[in-house]
Amino acid sequence: MTDSAANGIDQDLVVHLGKLARLELTDLEVEHYTIQLEQILGAITSISEVAAADIPPTSHPIPLENVYREDIAVPGLLHEDFVPGAPSFEDDRFRVPRILGEST
Amino acid sequence: MTTEYNAVITEFDPIIGLETHIELGTKSKMFCSCSAQFGGEPNTFVCPVCLGMPGSMPVVNRVAVESTIRMGLALNCSIVPWCRFARKNYFYPDMPKNYQISQYDEPLCINGYLDVTVATENGPQVFRVEIERVHMEEDTGKLLHAGGAGRIHGATHSLVDYNRAGIPLIEVVTKPILGTGVLAPEVAKAYVAELRDLMRALGVSDVRMEEGSLRCDVNVSLSRPGEEWGTRTETKNVNSLRSVERAVRTEMIRQADRLRAGERIIQETRHFNEETGDTTSGRSKEQAEDYRYFPEPDLVPIAPSEAWIEELRGTLPEIPSVRRARLQIDWGISDFDMQSLVNAGALELIVASIDAGVQPAAARKWWTGELTRVANERHCELGDLTVNASDIFEIEGLISAGDLTDKMARSVFEGLLDGEGSVSQIVSQRGLVVVNDDASLIAAIATALADSPDIAEKIQGGKIAAAGSIVGAVMKATQGQADAAKVRTLLLEQLGVTE
Repeated sequence: MTDSAANGIDQDLVVHLGKLARLELTDLEVEHYTIQLEQILGAITSISEVAAADIPPTSHPIPLENVYREDIAVPGLLHEDFVPGAPSFEDDRFRVPRILGEST
Repeated sequence: MTTEYNAVITEFDPIIGLETHIELGTKSKMFCSCSAQFGGEPNTFVCPVCLGMPGSMPVVNRVAVESTIRMGLALNCSIVPWCRFARKNYFYPDMPKNYQISQYDEPLCINGYLDVTVATENGPQVFRVEIERVHMEEDTGKLLHAGGAGRIHGATHSLVDYNRAGIPLIEVVTKPILGTGVLAPEVAKAYVAELRDLMRALGVSDVRMEEGSLRCDVNVSLSRPGEEWGTRTETKNVNSLRSVERAVRTEMIRQADRLRAGERIIQETRHFNEETGDTTSGRSKEQAEDYRYFPEPDLVPIAPSEAWIEELRGTLPEIPSVRRARLQIDWGISDFDMQSLVNAGALELIVASIDAGVQPAAARKWWTGELTRVANERHCELGDLTVNASDIFEIEGLISAGDLTDKMARSVFEGLLDGEGSVSQIVSQRGLVVVNDDASLIAAIATALADSPDIAEKIQGGKIAAAGSIVGAVMKATQGQADAAKVRTLLLEQLGVTE
């Protein structure tokens, strides 16, 4: 096991993330991704070093607020527009594998 | 059941909490311009956005935001000056994006309340339900589980319809509701009913419960007086007023049984079974969900200006509790009568009938009498009955013209409920004709008197009450199609008796 790093990324967390993402990770991959995620987060952390106290955190690069559309309905796509892109379509519905987990 | 329930209350205090999701009645979806109407052929109200196609971008529906702000104001909430949407990440095919756009730690409306009234032996009692938050999110698609009789367990695969995916929802979350005691199930039901009425009054949703446009998650915990709060369970997807009340009640009884047996309550989600009224264990919440919420990068913040909020405040209608107080005075009825017709879900139906031209007393009589009885018999809500305001107007017109008796009117209602056609069709098909011509009534009276010669003497001797048996005989002879009051008048005339 690698040590818990400055950004809080350790192997346990990567295993947990793997589970959430429904990925089966080998021990080697866990080790690999722990190092990679640590480096990626390290790069991002450097941004906070330049962020001044008077600049609020943002989730968006463009200073825009209140962008809305009017409530007008338009016709949807035809099945022929999207069915070819679906792995399986049956009775006008998307066919998906048996669900093992549960809905939210 | 009742004794069992009352026993719970002697030992425990309930704490309840409700999370209610309601579909807004917008024309288009929350983040795209697909139709938000109910139903439709599967996967026809879909586009790249609500199908989660790569590169598609959501744009917020202005009316959905306005509806949420108006609902927040009506619930006495503060509208925040700035907030964002968040991604709730999970893997489940009801959302093709693998996340739902919701609001997480920045809801649009916070800290409100809703007063609800519950009937008690000592008259109406008002409870203030505090509102934690009101936020916006999108509805999910609809899954059909194929094989395994429509259930997840044993299903071989599932089929998904994304027409509902992306329909705007608002979620209203209460703070823990304390101090309801024995009335907890009634308070829960009254709260959801009040929320529904408020949504309808605001015109932000018509709340078609039978179409699943209101869904409730019911939190319940028990504690012994003076002890700290117990572990709560969350019963998911309770979809009718009656079910909300039942879910609280059965969950209180179940938890009390566990606690008495010295067991502990497991924090978990539970499923409500509409048929049995029971709840069954779902997913354990011991390992808290990890939805990895983060601010939705494809949407910009919502920052409602004071001016916009005030403009929306100006559009708020008379709120239901104020309107009820006004109607009660207009109709001149008691607290108890008002409360029982509200509880029966009859208020809007009565108002609609009056608007259609029915006299207030007659509208109340039918909805709280015969129609409530039938709804109970059929285990459905009054509003689900296939009788509308104009039917009642038509029936009342026939009654006042003397063409229909109350008894026949009940037969017409039965026909309407069984889908036999319009009022006039049912009247003619069921042969509902008031025997009104004096000659045939007098003939029937004569026959009845001849069958019981002693009665005429009794009546003439002053025992007018004896007239009842003759009236009964005439009603029987005319198969109930005569007006009993008229038969009585004619009978007394024939015998030369005045009252």
